[in-house]
Amino acid sequence: MKLTTKLMAFSAIVSASSASAVELEVMHWWTSGGEAAAVGKFAEAWDASGNKWIDGAIAGGGDTARPIMVSRIIGGDPPAAFQFNHGRQAEELIEAGLLLDLTDVAEAEGWADIVNPPNLLDACTVDGRIYCAPVNIHSWQWMWLSNGAYEKAGLPVPTNWTEFSESAGALQDAGITPLAMGGQSWQQNGAFGVISVALAGTEAWLAVNRDKSVDAVMSDEYTRVFEAFGAARSLSEGLNVQDWNQATAAVINDTAGAQIMGDWAQGEFALAGEVAGEDYSCLPGLGEVGVLQTGGDAFYFPVVDDAEITAGQKELAAMLLSPPVQVSFNSAKGSLPVRGDVDLTTVNECTQKGLDLLAAGATLPAGETLLSPDTVTQLNDLMTEFWNTPSMTAAEVQSAYADIIADAD
Amino acid sequence: MALSDATDATAQAGQGTPARKPTRIFKNLSSKIASLPMVFTALVIFVGGTVWTIVYSFTSSGLLPRLKWVGLDQYERLWSSRKWIVSIENLAIYGICSLILTLVIGFTLAALLDRKVRGEGVLRTIFLYPFALSFIVTGLVWQWILNPQLGLQNIIREMGWESFAFDPMNNSKIVMFGLLIAGLWQGTGLIMCIMLAGLRGIDEDIWKAARVDGIGTVKTYIRVIIPMMRPVFVTSLVLIGSGIVKLYDLVVAQTSGGPGISSQVPAMYVMTSMFGGQNLGQGFAASTMMLVTVVIILVPWAILEFGGKKRG
Repeated sequence: MKLTTKLMAFSAIVSASSASAVELEVMHWWTSGGEAAAVGKFAEAWDASGNKWIDGAIAGGGDTARPIMVSRIIGGDPPAAFQFNHGRQAEELIEAGLLLDLTDVAEAEGWADIVNPPNLLDACTVDGRIYCAPVNIHSWQWMWLSNGAYEKAGLPVPTNWTEFSESAGALQDAGITPLAMGGQSWQQNGAFGVISVALAGTEAWLAVNRDKSVDAVMSDEYTRVFEAFGAARSLSEGLNVQDWNQATAAVINDTAGAQIMGDWAQGEFALAGEVAGEDYSCLPGLGEVGVLQTGGDAFYFPVVDDAEITAGQKELAAMLLSPPVQVSFNSAKGSLPVRGDVDLTTVNECTQKGLDLLAAGATLPAGETLLSPDTVTQLNDLMTEFWNTPSMTAAEVQSAYADIIADAD
Repeated sequence: MALSDATDATAQAGQGTPARKPTRIFKNLSSKIASLPMVFTALVIFVGGTVWTIVYSFTSSGLLPRLKWVGLDQYERLWSSRKWIVSIENLAIYGICSLILTLVIGFTLAALLDRKVRGEGVLRTIFLYPFALSFIVTGLVWQWILNPQLGLQNIIREMGWESFAFDPMNNSKIVMFGLLIAGLWQGTGLIMCIMLAGLRGIDEDIWKAARVDGIGTVKTYIRVIIPMMRPVFVTSLVLIGSGIVKLYDLVVAQTSGGPGISSQVPAMYVMTSMFGGQNLGQGFAASTMMLVTVVIILVPWAILEFGGKKRG
């Protein structure tokens, strides 16, 4: 009898507390070590507010995760919140009225004043209404170099792309793969984007990606980029990995010299206990052009028919941008906060370089905000074919690239 | 076997037609009512879905379907895409090799097992076992086996053959054969079992007669047994063929289409353009082309196979 009363009392407590808490299922593709640690900060903060975070992590990167999310939304079983790269990926979902309008949250929290650079919020805005909560700034424009690998080869760590290309032969002689490159197409196209900003300059890059200028693709500046990318193909031979974090791991354990990868790679270095400046070096803009693309991740909230969940979604959106959460999340992930008014707890040499560029306004919009996913997919396919087909020439790829840009919407 | 049953059924239905035509609808009424849900499902979901897909392949649908006509634009883009051409070539290589090798290996294994070997039950289980695994598991297992650092290549090198190189997962020229090995490993067991059942159905007297006539074992198999097993081969062919057309999950798990685009297959092209590229129209155009190809191959074959029997 006693046990029964205890159980009844316990279940009464449980049901009482669950009545006030909102359970929100949040889908994302943050599954590498550093990323999982970072998303854990969101979950902690949300659970601490008396609600319940149901983690819907999907392994395999955005290209795997986005279709799953979209089919759940279209299929009428949406998660409470999901991660996308802000930009044009969610365009049609917004037009179809499937996503929650967050304008009232944004006004109450004053997002327009705190989000820096402002183009992050613009990427969330459609017809003057705000539909997403940006959570971090990510930039592709980084090259990560292993100090240990260069020490082994008896070389100084390069300070720009030209020096890196020249040092590659000596690294190969020392049994080190100069450039770590994962096998997925987005990594190869991303690296191409970084090289094109670094070697062709920001104006040519904007002419291609924003103005969709075919002439700019066929220009001499871009010819140099295609040739450099073609020459880089042989630098990754000998290291066969798929995921970006496996490629980063090769830089961490000094079997590869360098990797071109966005700043999310820094989370992996931090997790492995490596120190910026001592164990690894970083070159924003490949040391050629000091500029950052301000892409990043944002959370979108599907429209649901439940007032309680809708209130919870808005509460979560406000929480994601609150100062303590921004600091803990971005410190763990190695990304930059979306608000200019918070200080990160762990600012290392590399993060500081990024913050300086951000403060100086040396920013470019992210590729995803300028090109539609359809165009990005076509470019991914082209660049991965180029990277993996030694017989393909730079000139062939250049004209194929021009065709895709000509058709881009 | 399912197919030969179906032909029998149509043959019987053909024989039962004369005389009492009006009552035919009410014949076996309860079984007809029972099959209504399936008929409804087939019409609405399969036929309806197919028609819907074909219609929307002429639109510029992006992430969501919308009726904005663009004529044959999606098809023009499809056939000018290198990835699509590579996908088709890959499927042809995989399809032809898989069809021939599965039949040959499956039949050979079945014939060997049929020679009354000891431990047949154990061997049969071992050969059939891979079929119990999903393609995703098969793909991952073979990805590890073919991984040069920890798999087959490494083991043989450690055994002393230092220059041995077999690395299909990272060589775009032979990557399709890496997939083929995994596909065969999984698929031949089932075909072997079907063939074995077919062999068991052959009357012992045939063998005795062949022995009396002094015909060798191999020749008996090729000239007498195989022609007698025609229905079994048709069943195997349909099973293997449908497996080839829907080849997708194995590629996703084992190579995800790489290196580069060298192991892309049509089903994967459909998935990436529909969801990765948020271009439904392009995906629908590609899947319509897949359907057209299947129809082009199937229709003449079906006419030859079933049309002839009806007349006879």
